[in-house]
Amino acid sequence: MEKQDIIKSFKDSLFTGLIALALFGPIVGLRTASKGEGLFITPQWGVVFLLVGLCILGRFLININSARRTEFKIFSTLSSKFSSITEDKAKHFAITGILFAVVFPFLPFTDRYFMDVAIMILTYIMLGWGLNIVVGLAGLLDLGYVAFYAVGAYSYALIATTFGWSFWICLPLAGLFAAFFGILLGFPVLRLRGDYLAIVTLGFGEIIRIILINWYEVTNGPDGITGIPRPSFFGLPFKRSPDEGEMSFHTFFGLEYSTMHRIIFLYYLILVLALITNYFTLKIRKLPVGRAWEALREDEIACKSLGVNPTNTKLTAFAIGAMFGGFAGSFFATRQAFISPESFTFIESAIIVAIVVLGGMGSQTGVVLASIFLIGITEIFRDLEQYRMIAFGGAMVLIMVFKPKGILANRKPTILMHGDKK
Amino acid sequence: MEYFIQQLVNGITLGSIYGLIAIGYTMVYGIIGMINFAHGDIFMIGAFVALISFIIFGLTGVALPIILLLVLLIAMLFTACYGWTVEKLAYKPLRGSFRLAPLISALGMSIVLQNYVQVSQGARVKPMQPLFSGGLEFFKNSEFIVTVSYLQIFIVVLTIILMGIFTYLITKTDLGRAQRACEQDRTMTALLGINVDRTISITFIIGSSLASVAGMMFVLYYGVIDFYIGFLAGIKAFTAAVLGGIGSLPGAMLGGLLIGLIETFWAGYVSLEYKDVAAFSVLIVVLIFFPTGFLGKPDIEKV
Repeated sequence: MEKQDIIKSFKDSLFTGLIALALFGPIVGLRTASKGEGLFITPQWGVVFLLVGLCILGRFLININSARRTEFKIFSTLSSKFSSITEDKAKHFAITGILFAVVFPFLPFTDRYFMDVAIMILTYIMLGWGLNIVVGLAGLLDLGYVAFYAVGAYSYALIATTFGWSFWICLPLAGLFAAFFGILLGFPVLRLRGDYLAIVTLGFGEIIRIILINWYEVTNGPDGITGIPRPSFFGLPFKRSPDEGEMSFHTFFGLEYSTMHRIIFLYYLILVLALITNYFTLKIRKLPVGRAWEALREDEIACKSLGVNPTNTKLTAFAIGAMFGGFAGSFFATRQAFISPESFTFIESAIIVAIVVLGGMGSQTGVVLASIFLIGITEIFRDLEQYRMIAFGGAMVLIMVFKPKGILANRKPTILMHGDKK
Repeated sequence: MEYFIQQLVNGITLGSIYGLIAIGYTMVYGIIGMINFAHGDIFMIGAFVALISFIIFGLTGVALPIILLLVLLIAMLFTACYGWTVEKLAYKPLRGSFRLAPLISALGMSIVLQNYVQVSQGARVKPMQPLFSGGLEFFKNSEFIVTVSYLQIFIVVLTIILMGIFTYLITKTDLGRAQRACEQDRTMTALLGINVDRTISITFIIGSSLASVAGMMFVLYYGVIDFYIGFLAGIKAFTAAVLGGIGSLPGAMLGGLLIGLIETFWAGYVSLEYKDVAAFSVLIVVLIFFPTGFLGKPDIEKV
């Protein structure tokens, strides 16, 4: 490497340091803290200098690296690995993935914590698959998907606590309610173009949340709904001591009582629900309506001229996506036994959209990988509670910058003219 | 009637703040066609920088107008750095990539900025002692006295001055011409020897500086901020930009005023709890009847 290059990259790094100083100086360096009356400032210059130093060093290393014209090794190998996943390999991956998911609860290292994380990941996978119908297939950017999740959760909770009906009756009802809300929102707004639609759906998500907070008579406001019935195993409750004349899960099967039974049941429940969503999506893609979605995503004007009604077609996508969101919501409600508007903030919508887009839009396997990756990241940073969301957001930016089409970017149209294989 | 005028005054003040943020959204949308989700958080950072500098200068005992001017400049400078960096890190590598990629990157950036401020400044709300007091009173003989505080006058006047400078910048200078040219056709502009990357960077710098002024006004007007203010203010400002017609600069200001007015009147006459619902409902209704906003150019679809 030339001496000139080194001097140049050194100057560039110093400039980076200057910018970093401007960025971190006031916000990190001058921490405001309230003492008695009013705010005071506690300087933290040590942290600032550390950060600025890291920025300078990082920039310098990147500069030297790029002068040598070598890429980031990790990213290029990773991305080439993922790109090489073809249709067939994806199929193998899916089968092994499902098998692994089925035996997962009985693996020796699986404990309560792993199960909880797995249930959470599966919930996000299901939500991701549901939203994939709307975003990935129909190409409609929905930033308020959490609204349908909330509608599902609340309708399940309200029906179950008011009428005392079982999970299996409430689940389809909650899905129907969510689908109904999907149509309700979709009807006026689906004529809008992409970005407008995004912001309107975002607004809708917020409206639902504000209503949930303020409509005390029905939703109990910010306090939420408690005492939502837990699901039962086809009528057998998961109780330590069942009521007189009633069988519970462990007495019926003659097992020792364990709280894990319920967790494992919930795990299989969400696994089945998620797989149903996946199966449904894969099937409907091959039906006329599914083809119309994909066609609309590619070219709306061409679709119109071929006699596809864009509004109705989009509406079905919206309603079906909402329905699966509603199912996931009911599952969430029954798992938590408590729901409040706090669980349905915009950040949830953002996470679900991120899962779909990071996975590679329209790719079902991509959703799985992205869920595991994103939720995994927040779990790894669990001990550093404060930093986990920074890591999460940073991961979103990094994946987009290095792999803008998502982890699995090899989505192909379901049908091709003349069996054309690119 | 007096109550109505009072709400009008409050609405215009709030609308000025939204309008200044909305300009950042509309400019960025106009030039690179993306929703800059992190813009609301840039506004929040502007508010924090302003708060920190108010505390520092408050201790020195300088006269109020000088403090205001200094804080204004400092907030603009430091916040512009954030806008510039965010563009360089998260959006520039994604130029020319598919439509949703920058949006997701912006969402990620927004999450990062919010939590970064939460970590470095703490999650508690930050109260500030009011700097301004007093105001003009009207209709003293009636039951309801209309008060126009000096702070409200300051906010509206400052907005008008900034809008004046900004309009001059966009319509009369070379920079503004380059900016408008990039909006129309980036490839052609590049062929004519204009540095498109630099123009886009400058757009982000201008947008962030205006947002930081809005942040400063927010600190002064509400007296309380936290790391989360950017989200709601950001969405409302974006709503304002869409309402006025996205990509249109006067439209952004008009939309901001409308959103401010709708919100205050709704809070004053209908219900306080549902004031945020009002803004979004109006947005939905407007988009159904004016799909491109009030001052937006009709969108011609091409095959």
